[in-house]
This record gives sequence, structure tokens and C-alpha cells, in this order.
Amino acid sequence: MIMRAEWLKFRTVRSWVLGSAAAALIVVALGCLAATGVTMSCMAGTQEVDCPAPPTDSSGRSVADQFTFVHQALTGNGSITAEVGALDGTITYPPPNHDEIVRGVVPWAKAGLMVKDGTKPGADYAAVMVTGSHGVRMQSGFTHDKAAASDGSWLRLSREGNRITGYVSPDGTAWQKIETVRLDGLPSTVQIGLFVTSPSGLTVEENPQGGHAVSARWTQATAEFSQVSPAGGWSESLVGYSDHRTTWEQTHPPGHTEAGGVFTVAGAGDIGLETEGGLAVERVLTGLFAALLALIVVGVLCGTAEFRHSTIRTTLTAMPRPVRVSAAKAAVVGAVSLVVGLIAVGLTLPVATRLLRANAVVILDVSGPTMLRIALGTALLMALAGVFAYGVGALLRRAVPAVLTVAALLVAPPILAVTSVLPPEVGAWLLRVTPAAAFAIQQSVGAYPQFSRPQTVADGYFPLPPWAGLAVLALWALAAVATATWRLRRSPA
Amino acid sequence: MTTIEVNGLRKRFGPSVALDGMTFVVQPGRVTGFVGPNGAGKSTTLRMILGLDRPDAGTATIDGRRYADLPCPMRHAGALLDPHALHPARSGRNHLRWLARSQDLPDSRVDEVLNRSGLAAAGRRAAGGYSLGMRQRLGVAAALLGDPPVLLLDEPFNGLDPAGIVWMRDLLRGLAEDGRSVLVSSHLMSELQDMAGHVVVVGHGRVIADAGVNELIGAYSSLEAAYLDLTAGVGGIR
Repeated sequence: MIMRAEWLKFRTVRSWVLGSAAAALIVVALGCLAATGVTMSCMAGTQEVDCPAPPTDSSGRSVADQFTFVHQALTGNGSITAEVGALDGTITYPPPNHDEIVRGVVPWAKAGLMVKDGTKPGADYAAVMVTGSHGVRMQSGFTHDKAAASDGSWLRLSREGNRITGYVSPDGTAWQKIETVRLDGLPSTVQIGLFVTSPSGLTVEENPQGGHAVSARWTQATAEFSQVSPAGGWSESLVGYSDHRTTWEQTHPPGHTEAGGVFTVAGAGDIGLETEGGLAVERVLTGLFAALLALIVVGVLCGTAEFRHSTIRTTLTAMPRPVRVSAAKAAVVGAVSLVVGLIAVGLTLPVATRLLRANAVVILDVSGPTMLRIALGTALLMALAGVFAYGVGALLRRAVPAVLTVAALLVAPPILAVTSVLPPEVGAWLLRVTPAAAFAIQQSVGAYPQFSRPQTVADGYFPLPPWAGLAVLALWALAAVATATWRLRRSPA
Repeated sequence: MTTIEVNGLRKRFGPSVALDGMTFVVQPGRVTGFVGPNGAGKSTTLRMILGLDRPDAGTATIDGRRYADLPCPMRHAGALLDPHALHPARSGRNHLRWLARSQDLPDSRVDEVLNRSGLAAAGRRAAGGYSLGMRQRLGVAAALLGDPPVLLLDEPFNGLDPAGIVWMRDLLRGLAEDGRSVLVSSHLMSELQDMAGHVVVVGHGRVIADAGVNELIGAYSSLEAAYLDLTAGVGGIR
């Protein structure tokens, strides 16, 4: 009965209903408007072409997967062993003067052994490798990374069913296991071999006004593999390279040579999640910030109206249960905001992504569960924002201070942090403790330590994991409603 | 037959004593006037009967139960406290509809009380545009919604036009004749003299006189004279 009464109260104030509808409309309209204004094109030599979509991995994520692979088929169980030496390479025009081409390797240059489900970019793999300056690692699934406990130039990768185990040894006799990973659905015949790749060299230039500029330059790595077992029958694949070669790449082509059992392999590229080659899908939900302001006003007014118009006494005379009344109001605001969010996200994501693709804009793919998390999480974020606004409104009992408080806590921190108005540490701290932590739920690509690019708040990386961030907002909402309920019990008017 | 029993209510707000052993019983079948200077404790008493204020001591019960313990309380006691307590954007009818929902009453009951209050037409307009008289009528409609045996009305005559005053008088008298307990706080002694069978005169947070209207008229010639004499020297706010 209390719920039904509170729901009727909500829907019989037209401005609240219109405000809620406006919130949904803002997300859809701004998302579609932004989508029609974006174009993307790439250069192939002197020719302007539509940008190619990056490959996707088995879970559907856009990935970077470019390396030189010298490989042979392995059917059933087996292993590969090699000594990796003389990791060397070229870095074009590095700082400080950016005026010469130097010898050297970037920190995440990789050379090692790989098991891969074919040679198609994005196919499942596991690899053990030496790196430019991060020691010996075992990596798989584009984001999984484990450092070896000890160093060594001898590497071994063995396959047993779905289980791939990486080993390292200083001398080729005493082997240290790094770890075993499972590659589910690996066929019985896989490609096994030697690989080399080298991501762009990066310089991060701190801007005194906040933020930073990242400049990237082409690099190449070469490595010598010797004592390779099994021997013989190797073929070369240039995995993920585009057909177009810059003049620089023409003089330093990827590939391999073999002389006296020593393989010299050269490669450029990266193996990891793709973040640069397209638009992150959550970007189509940029209207969320403006929509939240509308929802905040509605939520706050639901909390303050009964005090402003003195109807709280009528309410408590009809329903002398302040705790249940407060809970019912929060539930109504939360449910309305959730529906608003579901409609807004449910329309914006398909429509805006379709508009973008029609403009030849590449949208980075995410896995199904990630997509679901972004969609449902954004709707939940709106629901919790409504509840939080209601709670602050009911607690402060005055609309203007309540709207300002909620906006300052929920909407301002991400804008300040991402636009680099605040120092990065302060921004990161704000996005951990304020309700704005919840925006982490929208992050399609999380931070991974083995990525070369900076991953600070200013780059759009949230410090908390998605659901933990949403939980922070939930706690704030709960605290606001609980305090407001406590105040209502103590002094009803 | 339901009575309102107010027994030894005490309440302090900081240094000032609002209620100082307020005790009286409202009997069914008649209108009971609740009179006293401003600040004598009338509104505080009404709020405590409705569970909106907690007394420091004493009890206020309806049919022997605390208001807050009543299931669907508006079916047991209807109240008109503040006619201005309306959301301006919500129509009068929708105001009654949410109250009906909270008491598990059908919308048909809303239209009945709207008709009875003469708001059948105005009920669909936003309450923000209502005159004080219309707000009083809507407040009475809300009080009558649950068809309660007990009614508590704070200054129901305020803002009513002459026709409204006659309507209100007849309504309250009829409600009392149905056997309901009707407590009306008012400053309009002439109205109460015509309508009330009993008055409770309060001052300084306690009862000064609790007597039949006819007895008081017999002793003082009019209710107004009785009131002025009984409350002489009783300041309101101390």
C-alpha cells in the first residue's frame, strides 16, 4: 500500500515524469547527435581509406595482434625449446632531440615461443618470452601476464591437451616452470613456433596545465633463436601486418633468416588489447552526464517536496511508518531511474553504434559479458544516482543545496579528473571515494600493467574495478537514504 | 462508539512548556470545541493524537489504541491539520487518490468525498491554484476519505465564504449526529456556540474548563463571554 501510494505521488507530478523522460531523451539524443558528427579515415600510402576494424579474440574483444611468426604445425601433445639471444632493434627518432634513428629495444619488445590456434590475428595463444626490460614473461589471452621468478635465455613451451606450460632456464638443463594456462577449445593441431614483435616507442610529455601528450614512434625488434627443437619444417607468417609498407618498413621489413641453425627474426607490432584503433563503445553514452543532472533534479525534488509543501505530516498521518515511507520513496525513484536508464541505454547503444558504423567509424568490440555490464551497469548507475539524489534531498530538505551537493559529488569529479583540472593523484583519489567511482562500470577496456600506454585517470582509466566502483555509489546512496530516514524519525517536519 | 482519550500529556520544547498535563476525553455523538489562546497547546495536542509529535509523558489514544498502531489509520481517525499542505502541481483528486492507495481504499471512494465536499469539478485541477476555501474543502474530503468514526479538525472555518461556513457547520453537525467523535479547534466562538455540544478550553498547556456548551451559556450568557472570562490572564506563548 505504501509503495502504491508513493508511486501514485510520483506519477501525478507532471514535471517529475517529464524530467525522467527528458533524462532518457538526453542520452539518446546526445548519443545519436555525437554519432552523426564523427568521421574516421585512415591513410594507406597517399590514399584515404576506411579504417580497418581491428581483429577480435575468441571472446569478441578488439585486440592488437601483430608479430612475425616462424612456425610449424603440432598435432597432439608436444613442446618447443629454444635459446633466445641478442634481442636487439631499432627505435626511430627517440627523445631528447628526435633527430636520429638509434639501436635499442623498447621495454615491451617481445621475443619468444608461442602456441597459437592458427595464424589468424586474434586466435587464442599462449607464449613465453624475453622482453626489452620486463624480464621473462608468460602471456596469454591478450591480457594475462605473469613474470617468471628467475631469469634465463632458454625458453620452453609445452602443450598437454588444453594445458600450456611455460618454462625458463639459464642453461637449457635446469628448467623452472613459470605457469600453466588453460586454452579451452584448442584444436588438436596448433601452430607452434618463434615470434618477435615490438610496440611503438612512447614518450609521455607532462603538460604543466595538466594532462599529458603521448607521442608514438615506430620500432622494430630482432632476436636470434638457436638450439631450436624440434628442428626443420619451419614456415613464416607475418601475423596482422597491413599490406601497405611505409618506406621505413620497406627498408626494414619484418621476416626471418636462417643460417647454421640460428634463426634471426624481426618484427614490429604488439599483442594485447586494442585501444587506439577505434572508438570505445561507452563513448556513445556521453549524454549520461547531462541526463544525470535531470535525474538528480527529479530525485532531489522527490526528497524535498514533502518538506517544502509540508505534506510530510499528511504522509505520516496516512502512513505512520517513517522507515517504510522513506524506503518506498527511494524504491520508487530508483525504479523509475532504472527504467529510464534501461530505455536510454537500450535505444542509444544500438542506434548510435549503427550510425557510427554507417560513417565508417570503427567501434572497438567488447565481449558479450562486457557489453552487458556496460549496458546494465549504466542503467544501474542511473538508478542509484536517483536514489542518492532522493536521499540527499530528503536529508537536506532544500532543493538547491541538495542538487549542488549531489552534482558536486557525482558529476563533477569525473569531469575534473578526466579534463586534468586536478593533479592525477587527486583525481584518482576522488574517483575511488566519491560516488563518481561508479563511472568505472562503463569502462570497456580496463587498465593492464603490461600495456605500454599510460593508463591514468586523465586517459580515462578508472582506479576501481567496474562493480567495485558501482558499489561505492550504492554505499553512498544507502548512507544518504539511511541518514534521511533517521532524520525523518527524529523530526518529521 | 469511538472516543479520543488524552491523558496527562506533557511536552517541553527547550525551556518552554507546551503541554502540562493535558487531559480530556472526546465523546462520540457530538461536536467538541477545542478552544484556547494561540500557543495554549491545541495544535501540539492534535499532533500528538496523530502520532506526529512524541510526548515527554502521557498518552493519547483513539479507541484505546495509539494512532500509530492503527492499521490503515485514516479509517479510524480523519484529520485536517494544514490546508496548505498540498503539492501545487498535483490535482486535488490525485492528492486524495494517493491517500486512498495508502489506506487500501478504491478510487470510487475518492469521487464520493470530492462530491460531498463540492470539489467534483475543481478536483482535476492542480491544487496550487486552489483558494483557501477550496483547500479547506479538500482537507475535509481527505479527513472523510476513510469514513472514520473520529474526526480532528484544526480551524476548519478559516478562509471559507459564507456558503462554505454554512456547509461546514451542517457537515460537522451531521457527522456528529451519525455518532462520530468530532473535535474542532477554532477561535470562532459564535460558530461553536451554534454547533458544538461540548467545549474543552485550554491554556498554558492544560485544560481550564471541560463543559457542555449549554452549561457555559447558562453561566456566562454566551460561549464567547465564557471563553474570555475563563482565559483572562492566560497568555498564550510564554
